[in-house]
Amino acid sequence: MTKLDYDGPILEIDQLSISFFTRLREIPAVMDFSVTVQPGEAVGLVGESGCGKSTVALGVMQDLGKNGRVVGGSIKFKGRDLGTMSMEELRDIRGSEIAMIYQEPMASLNPAMKIGKQLMEVPMIHQGMSSSDAYERALQVVTDVKLPDPKRILESFPHQLSGGQQQRIVIAMALMSEPSLLILDEPTTALDVTVEAAVVELVKDLGKKYGTSMLFISHNLGLVLETCDRICVMYSGEAVETGRIEDVFDKMQHPYTQALFRSIPLPGADKNARPLVAIPGNFPLPHERPSGCNFGPRCDYFEVGRCDRAKAIPMETVEHGDRHESRCLKFDEIDWDAPLELGEVKQKGEIGEVVLSMKNLKKYYEVAANAMFGGGSTRVVKANETLTFEARESETLAIVGESGCGKSTFAKVLMGLETASDGTILLDGEEIQDTPIEARTTKNVADIQMVFQNPFDTLNPSMTVGRQIIRALEIFKVGKNEAERRVRMLELLDLVKLPREFADRMPRQLSGGQKQRVGIARAFAGDARIVVADEPVSALDVSVQAAVTDLLMEIQREHKTTLLFISHDLSIVRYLSDRVMVMYLGHVVELGTTDQVFSPPYHPYTEALLSAVPIADTSVEKQHIVLEGDIPSAMNPPPGCPFQTRCRWKSDVPGGLCEKDIPPVRELADGHQVKCHLSDDILSKMEPVIKIAAQ
Amino acid sequence: MGIFILRRLGVMLLTALCLTFIVFFLTNLYPNLEKLAKTQGNFRMSEEAVESYLGDRGYLDAMPVKFGRWVGVVPGWVTEKVDDDGNPIVIGRCFARNTPQDQRAKFCGVLQGHWGSSTVFKTDVGELVMTRLGATGKLMGFVLLLMVPMALGVGVLAGMREGSRLDRSLSTFSIATTATPEYVSGVIFIALLASSKNGLSPLLVDWGWMDAKTLFSGSATRAVDDATFKNFFLPVLTISLYGMGYIARMTRASMTEVMTAQYIRTARLKGVSFGNVVMKHALRNALIAPFTVIMLQIPWLLNGVVIVETLFNYKGFGWLLVQAASNNDIELLLAVSVVSVVVVLLTQLISDIGYVFLNPRIRIS
Repeated sequence: MTKLDYDGPILEIDQLSISFFTRLREIPAVMDFSVTVQPGEAVGLVGESGCGKSTVALGVMQDLGKNGRVVGGSIKFKGRDLGTMSMEELRDIRGSEIAMIYQEPMASLNPAMKIGKQLMEVPMIHQGMSSSDAYERALQVVTDVKLPDPKRILESFPHQLSGGQQQRIVIAMALMSEPSLLILDEPTTALDVTVEAAVVELVKDLGKKYGTSMLFISHNLGLVLETCDRICVMYSGEAVETGRIEDVFDKMQHPYTQALFRSIPLPGADKNARPLVAIPGNFPLPHERPSGCNFGPRCDYFEVGRCDRAKAIPMETVEHGDRHESRCLKFDEIDWDAPLELGEVKQKGEIGEVVLSMKNLKKYYEVAANAMFGGGSTRVVKANETLTFEARESETLAIVGESGCGKSTFAKVLMGLETASDGTILLDGEEIQDTPIEARTTKNVADIQMVFQNPFDTLNPSMTVGRQIIRALEIFKVGKNEAERRVRMLELLDLVKLPREFADRMPRQLSGGQKQRVGIARAFAGDARIVVADEPVSALDVSVQAAVTDLLMEIQREHKTTLLFISHDLSIVRYLSDRVMVMYLGHVVELGTTDQVFSPPYHPYTEALLSAVPIADTSVEKQHIVLEGDIPSAMNPPPGCPFQTRCRWKSDVPGGLCEKDIPPVRELADGHQVKCHLSDDILSKMEPVIKIAAQ
Repeated sequence: MGIFILRRLGVMLLTALCLTFIVFFLTNLYPNLEKLAKTQGNFRMSEEAVESYLGDRGYLDAMPVKFGRWVGVVPGWVTEKVDDDGNPIVIGRCFARNTPQDQRAKFCGVLQGHWGSSTVFKTDVGELVMTRLGATGKLMGFVLLLMVPMALGVGVLAGMREGSRLDRSLSTFSIATTATPEYVSGVIFIALLASSKNGLSPLLVDWGWMDAKTLFSGSATRAVDDATFKNFFLPVLTISLYGMGYIARMTRASMTEVMTAQYIRTARLKGVSFGNVVMKHALRNALIAPFTVIMLQIPWLLNGVVIVETLFNYKGFGWLLVQAASNNDIELLLAVSVVSVVVVLLTQLISDIGYVFLNPRIRIS
């Protein structure tokens, strides 16, 4: 079909309401939602999970499933109401005028169909192209999304590509027929930070090149800042604030927006001057929304009798700014510039003796070269290469790196789920590297515990919360009898600040943050001295992350726990850790105190990692470093320095040393070590990646 | 792959050995042997005569020895005795009476290709089993030809729109067919379609639409050599319907799951029409799971074969099994069980290998 020429806004959503109908009741998912996307404009839609942002996207696509229905308002695309279109008209628009990019690239590509065929389908349907023309077009678009060897890619199946490559294919598919509107639903959530940075860069470039308008859905404020012109903050099915990025970020006019910004760590700010403030309470379930303002019960500025009156609160235009609106009755009464009331500044516990020490720890896996046909040669996966570090009492050591860098393997070896191939792990002077967890003493097991990434999968769904904690107590041989253990279990619930009634609840009755607290209680059941926290907050919503992080730090202060904090989120790492260890392909590339790692000189990988993290602060200026390509496979690492294939400083090392030798560990300052060939004078010339503009 | 197949074959041999030993043990219990002696000799044999008949033929030796002889790893029995006329004779398991000493074979068992001889059919068991297996193979082939396309079709149609009216009626149909055992559905089919007094046939004859007496033939005896639609369709349909429901349910489940997958949404939001979503995107993915089920269904069909072949008097493998069991034909029964075990295990092997070739994610990793 030929595309419509139209000058007005690409997308106008006007007072849209969408509900899902279940047997029991109607569940309103989106209420009174309005947004306009102008040609070439990128609008960010931000909010926590369950706030209705994805429903808006599917509403635009008119693909709400059997139970969902638009119950009010209208969605106009280039002036035509999508709600009144027939199925054929909609099909013409989908994929050709409006295209969508999804959260999980692997799941959105057909596993049994070659990439080329999936791409060619789009112009063949919409422009009636012949298959050879479509092939040419696919080849061109795949080149546009900067994938190497496009011909081979078109011939492969999705599972043969890496996550980043798959996402590029999904983007290519969306761009096949040059749509006017691109909807991106959390397009980078499943990707690593450096890959995310490259994908975001690509989307921005292509948006400019093709003049596409974008609706960018994300929970990450930093990403929205980097990609969008305007932002719309959603809370519990409603837009609460909308406006230009600068207006909303710097002159916010809604308490939720403010609370959201206060609950995320910003690398530009000092952690003592600007501590994280968790938003109290929980996100309301769609059928349990309070009357009046949805955010009321969690709001600092709540006024009884005014904010909770059962009357819909309208969006009001804010005086300054461009189309800046807020859904708050009191926005012009609140003093938005009032400084944050500092709570008591908590003193960190004294860092004590060395508790855990690793020397030259190695973990190699042998895998058969060809799993199906057995036999043949085996290959060695070097998951951990010569890890050497110490962790002290009450210290937080952050372990940072992208997927495949060996951080989880390291945790497994430490826990005893795997035994080390070489090297030693000393726990209080005792060697434990060769003792599998079955052979460890109860005390040893209780001493090293883990908090897992995904609280939704790590609790037994058919056992009450209390029972699960008591079970851990039984295993750690705490308490003489059931009654004593029950008392201890209730104390543990107090410790993680959960009400005691939760002991008899089932995990499904708990929210994500509450489940993670149970996970923490379980880890501390045997008075663990070393806790490995494997991305403990990354599966949680932004507003809960701060509370869980604070809890971990508070328990650490009281119990003098050594916290090994595994994370890819450098903002939170900077906020809470004492020392940072950066890993890449099984190697520790940089290790030092937080200040040493976060300021130059950096290891080139640390530099790229810092630059890749999106920062939700308009006053921060970042150096832009985009890493090309993917992380090499640990099965087939590059010769010499593991990072040499993506390093931008490689040309500064004379004699091609990077490709020949693994760099030695160098001590730059006291306790700051780097694995790099760069000479001292080049390292000292490095500039800070993150700069805070003069206010 | 080579090692995988070898290992599977090893396990298969071991399973076959264990299972046949169990069958061997049960068929060689004394009451069975006594019955055998009496049917072979004389029904009014005295206890002593039975003893000596069995003793002469090595039936009273220890169970492992007897089993070893049958397998062919222990030398066959040789008995020297005097016949009724007073002449010395030598009888043995592995040679005919009075074979000269230098021509007597020492071992004769399955390993040497001697399956024994059937007491009912008075012929060599090996040959008998092979011809009957061929006949059943033909039956099974037609069953698969009818059952698999029908099951996949019903499953895909039901699964592409979960909860629709089409889905519900097809699902009810497949549950009903699976819930009806062959001995019920077979009898119903014969009564309705193959009787000259009841059901459809007399009506059709009355209306003058049909010259023959019945629409279908109730007996498939002739189909072994000369299968026609008339004499072969009912047994095939009876087995097919029973297996079909199950496969259709599995296909439906797989299809509904695929239809909710994200890549189907991707295809839909690319503007692909519903028909093409089903045909191009969903079908291949939905067929991966039912493939295993179909292969698992083949040994299950062997069950059905026993009933249906007896019901329609089709002289195949299942019919042979019934004959062997009811006539206490020990060696035939043993051979039949060995073959069943091998058939079952072989289909499993094929299913495992085939799965690897169907699923691209396993093939190219």
